[in-house]
Amino acid sequence: MQVPDMNMATVMDEEDLLAPVPRVRAPRPRLRLNQVRSLLGTLPFFAYVTVFLVIPTLVVAIGAFAGDGGFTWSNVAALGNSYVLDAFARSILLSAVTAAIGAVLGAVLAYALTTAKPGGPLRRVVTAASGVLAQFGGVTLAFAFIATIGLSGFVTVFLRDELGVDLYSGGVWLFELPGLVLVYTYFQIPLMVIVFLPALDGIRPQWREATESLGGSTWQYWTRVAGPLLAPAFLGSTLLLFANAFSAYATAAALISQGNPIVPLQIRGALTSEVVLGQQNLGKAMALGMVVVVAVVMTLYALLQKRTARWLG
Amino acid sequence: MAGLRGRRARRQAAFRWSVLAVMGVFFLLPLVAMLEFTTRGDSGTWSLLADWPRLSATYPDLAEGIVASLGQALLTSLLMLVLLVPTAIWVRLRLPGLRPLVEFICLLPLTIPAIVLVVGLAPVYAWVTYFLGGSSLTLTFAYTVLVLPYAYRSIDAGLSAIDAKTLAEAARGLGAGWFTVMVRVVLPNIRSAVLSAAFLTVALVLGEFTIASLLNRTNLQVAINLLGKSSATMSVAVSLAALILAFVLLLLLSLLGDRRKASQ
Repeated sequence: MQVPDMNMATVMDEEDLLAPVPRVRAPRPRLRLNQVRSLLGTLPFFAYVTVFLVIPTLVVAIGAFAGDGGFTWSNVAALGNSYVLDAFARSILLSAVTAAIGAVLGAVLAYALTTAKPGGPLRRVVTAASGVLAQFGGVTLAFAFIATIGLSGFVTVFLRDELGVDLYSGGVWLFELPGLVLVYTYFQIPLMVIVFLPALDGIRPQWREATESLGGSTWQYWTRVAGPLLAPAFLGSTLLLFANAFSAYATAAALISQGNPIVPLQIRGALTSEVVLGQQNLGKAMALGMVVVVAVVMTLYALLQKRTARWLG
Repeated sequence: MAGLRGRRARRQAAFRWSVLAVMGVFFLLPLVAMLEFTTRGDSGTWSLLADWPRLSATYPDLAEGIVASLGQALLTSLLMLVLLVPTAIWVRLRLPGLRPLVEFICLLPLTIPAIVLVVGLAPVYAWVTYFLGGSSLTLTFAYTVLVLPYAYRSIDAGLSAIDAKTLAEAARGLGAGWFTVMVRVVLPNIRSAVLSAAFLTVALVLGEFTIASLLNRTNLQVAINLLGKSSATMSVAVSLAALILAFVLLLLLSLLGDRRKASQ
């Protein structure tokens, strides 16, 4: 913020050259006034984000430690309740499983794309479709799967009538955690394609040729050259997928109406139930817990991104 | 060597097409299933969906949700543009030192899950309701925060692609005021970036459920969810229609991006 505009900079440069003129210090006060006036231009933006972003964030952060008589640890301590811990464990398990499945399948799809012609129609169509499908979540996705493998869904009916296979002989798993795994995979794979494809594009064909001319096999190329180079990008993308699944709410809310197995649904329970008085601040503590998990994951992601950029940037 | 290359290319092509076939089935199946689900028997779901007066008479909640979502999309786009475009230009031209802070704030909603934001927004919305009433259109304020990261990145990329500083200095040198610089010099040059920010905003707002449902307001997604409890067929049909709309919007967006890249 030292020198706000170009005019000033040129004036000062000339002053260095033609030093002895006495107006050396004169522009200073005007400069400060100008800066204050410039800052006024950003006032609407900062006022807005203060009210609708900063204050809500502080409400969560402070509310997690607030009780009737000021500061308290009791909300955070309530996170130790077994049903809250179970919800966090299930949320983390769900996010980890869908991130792993999404990362592996997405990486395979992304690799398949890199073997196609770089600017070709196949690649463009699949990338554009991935961009759309990665955003496709929420209630509509839940209903898409109800129409597909719900109790009277297309696939369920087809399997039952034509092949005599009952998808739900072991209970209706679509509306429980296994169902969420399947449904989340639907937006995790396309997201992986989007975030992992740039790293795969960074792999140069010369590296493979170099490996071959030194007598290396395909196996050696993947385990000794491409694998280690892609590992940080792959891990980083997996973490991003984890955070994505961990924060998702709408799909689960539309699909699961019995009980609150994962953290976002527990928060819904805390927000909507007015039975227990202290419940509101437990919701804030759980929300803070979610932010902490996401923040840790995203920090690791940023570190791995930096590592990736070293070779595949 | 050439034989080896050819064999590898053939093997890769086989691998590519089998992967794409399996993935294609997985990703297209739910869409096909939705279509099949809504055309089963002769329920006339789609003709009802195309007939607005009859639809709003049969499913008043759904009609209300659709109207609310369209209003929210429009107002959020407007608020986002009014708030973000002048600020982004102003910061770039006059306060480059503030850019990291503005960028940090704009990207912040990415790391705060919507469900967490709702928890913090609930007390703020108690005041909003007190001053402006409980209309669903008040969700505009929360949605503008949600779209900040996407809109900011789009507008910032647009500004990076032009030499805004030189343009502004040229205009100022010819006697233009700051308002003229923004509206008549910089804005026309980042038109496609602004347009894509607006597209993204519309697509995001049409798909939003978390905040609307937990702040007890309505929109398209809340209405679909509610409808799912009484009429599964209709709710699947509306889902598919909303989905196709979002597809078209986002595909247009990616084509827009391609054209911008091509023109550079």
